[in-house]
Amino acid sequence: MRRKEISASSTSKSPSQSEHSALNSKSVLTILLLAALTALPYLSSEYVVQVIVLPVLILGLAGLGLNILTGYTGQISLGSGGFMAVGAYATYALAVHGGITFFPLAILFAGLITGFTGWLFGLPSIRIKGFYVMVTSLAAQFFFEWLFLKFPWFYNYGDVPTISLPPMSLFGFEIDSSYIVKYYFTLAVVVFLTWIASNLINSHIGRNWMAIRDMDTAAGVIGIDSKKYKSLAFSVSAFFLGTAGALWGLIFLGTTSVGSFQIDRSFQILFIIIIGGMSSIRGNYIGAAFIFLLPLVIDYFAKTFIGETVSPGLLSNFQKFLFGVMIIIFLIKEPEGLDRLVRQFILKLKVGRA
Amino acid sequence: MRTNLRSITTAIALGVATLLPVKATYAEGMTQYVPLFVYRTGPYASSGSLWFAGERDYFTYINEVEGGVNGVKFAIEEFETEYNPDRAVEAYERSKSGKNGSPTAFIMTHSTPATYALMDRARDDKIPLFDPAGGPSESKNGLVFPYVFPLLLTFYGQGSVAVNFIADEFGGFENLRGKKIVTVYHDSGYGRASQPVMTELAKKYGFIDVQIPVAHPGSEQTAIWRQVRAEQPDYVVLRTWGVMTPVAIKTAKRFGIDTTKMLGDVWAGSRADMIPAGEAAVGYNAIAPYPGGSDFGVHAKLKKHVVDAGLTNLSNPDADFGAVFYNVGVVNAALAVEGMRVAMEKFGNRPLTGEEMRWGLEHMTIDDTRLEELGMMGLLQELKVTPTDHEGGGAARVQEWTGNGWNLVSDWLQVDDSIVDPLIEAKAAAYAAEQGITPRSID
Repeated sequence: MRRKEISASSTSKSPSQSEHSALNSKSVLTILLLAALTALPYLSSEYVVQVIVLPVLILGLAGLGLNILTGYTGQISLGSGGFMAVGAYATYALAVHGGITFFPLAILFAGLITGFTGWLFGLPSIRIKGFYVMVTSLAAQFFFEWLFLKFPWFYNYGDVPTISLPPMSLFGFEIDSSYIVKYYFTLAVVVFLTWIASNLINSHIGRNWMAIRDMDTAAGVIGIDSKKYKSLAFSVSAFFLGTAGALWGLIFLGTTSVGSFQIDRSFQILFIIIIGGMSSIRGNYIGAAFIFLLPLVIDYFAKTFIGETVSPGLLSNFQKFLFGVMIIIFLIKEPEGLDRLVRQFILKLKVGRA
Repeated sequence: MRTNLRSITTAIALGVATLLPVKATYAEGMTQYVPLFVYRTGPYASSGSLWFAGERDYFTYINEVEGGVNGVKFAIEEFETEYNPDRAVEAYERSKSGKNGSPTAFIMTHSTPATYALMDRARDDKIPLFDPAGGPSESKNGLVFPYVFPLLLTFYGQGSVAVNFIADEFGGFENLRGKKIVTVYHDSGYGRASQPVMTELAKKYGFIDVQIPVAHPGSEQTAIWRQVRAEQPDYVVLRTWGVMTPVAIKTAKRFGIDTTKMLGDVWAGSRADMIPAGEAAVGYNAIAPYPGGSDFGVHAKLKKHVVDAGLTNLSNPDADFGAVFYNVGVVNAALAVEGMRVAMEKFGNRPLTGEEMRWGLEHMTIDDTRLEELGMMGLLQELKVTPTDHEGGGAARVQEWTGNGWNLVSDWLQVDDSIVDPLIEAKAAAYAAEQGITPRSID
């Protein structure tokens, strides 16, 4: 009996459906989605691009990073915020102290640096099994929160420990020039890294990760070097998180500090992958949309329908309560996350058509 | 399966609905849209909610009693930020374009970290950031920071006023030499903001300046105060905010530190912080550019038309009307209204844009006569904001907590501009160079 799927694609393919048609509809949907995202700035307002789509893309990427470690390799991590901070501060340091003002290069190196720190903090974790791995990731989280406040070098000796996007270039454009430039750059990075993640996961590396997650003793018996693959998972996950952190702090926010990357951020990313669906790629983006946008939706409806009749303090707290309730409802309906719901929905469409 | 489908469709419908324009029930044409970035949840809510209530009550007063500012009423919308700059950025993007035909004329950030996070955007979008007794100190220089207004008192200024008061306590500046002043601060931009001034003043007067950080939210400070006691301070300055303040005072008392030799900055001195600290807070001092108390002229008006009419935003008016942070809100709102009045004289009686509001704020003078008219004599200092000086005041009084209320124990203490201004100019010039800004010339 298969408790968790080894395959990353559709869980319950009906035997009558051919590989060919399943791939086709998936590719068609993907292409449509990419086309919509590419055309978005011209179809929609600045508000939708800047406040709705951009942060969801970045948080989805962060979720993907954590999913590689937690969803696919089974190592629970609460260090996501810390690694995102490394990415943001590393990009800043490379630009301001290292003179690398070509943004794609800076963010690439920042990702590699974060990958290295991920490997470093992974070293003690690879010997630990199960729940206790979380503790070393917590250590990483608090270490980085402390590090970037303590040493003024990281925020260029400013009065306040915040970093801002310095003037940096992007193929001739000034990266700070317009939200459209920022959006396309982020979209390109997100699509590219998602493609890489997808390839990784569908390769033998991904299968080995999942073997370690499902039954690491058995994996060891058949010859998978679990320490090496766990290390790899920590590094790759950190790379993704670092890139997402740089995008979040410097592209989305523009000015950031340790406050954007605290333990609540780690929890937020963890919730994104739980709600979105662990061991899925699409689920990260769905989860990010849910976690990030639902509070906005609740806010809109609360203001419109309840609005002036209750005190604002009560309203704010009520919104938080409602958000929690909705998470509980969704998880009861579908414990494996929203991705599962989407998958079943698409299957229903296919079955309906066939 | 069907229920799943239904729930998904509902979810999608909800999602799509957010993208549709929001229809609110505000009158078209003559309302000024004012977004307020608030925090009614989280560790800073107890301090913040009084502040927002003060503002909303004053705006309600203007709407109901005076029919708006020259006929233009306020349409307030709150955005919850939990004192988190990320949320403030989201709220900014949501609210910067105005609503229902009214542009956004100014944004009250209520948070120094949020002001820092929004500075660059506000400059590009030409919307003034309103942060009285807060914000980056260098933004006093309005030529480099046209859209940031640290009205009344910058943090550098607060450092200077603190040292002036402490010097008075020791009987003169000469007596400061060799004394040790320990500052316990909220480890953020806000808390660190007056460190440069303390360093300069320590050099000038020969006292020892020790700075000890407390990580947000600061609900546990045993290790901190053990450290403070080891330092054996002659005086302690608190640059804390929210729950950090009462915890600091109580923990200090536990370690035997004399809380009557403690001075809190503007944001560490409200009834909301003193009550939880109980006995420990008696004798504690706080800098007050706006003292507590409800016997000012403006309070009589607010009591009659807003509180007694049941329109107040306070959840506990009996206890909190006239509290320091409530008065902060009243003063903030009054300054915004005055700025609008000045701008309307030039641009006409209609909802204002950010640029027009900036002009209004920069040409705002509030003298004693006007203070009398507003009913704020003693509550607000005389103010003269200019394009070069976005602070406009630079003075504060100090009050002492009696256990039941606040007693003013000093007159208006002026900032030592000779120390503070050069620091501000240097910082402003550095910022301009880094960002490639040419300071404006005064027109």
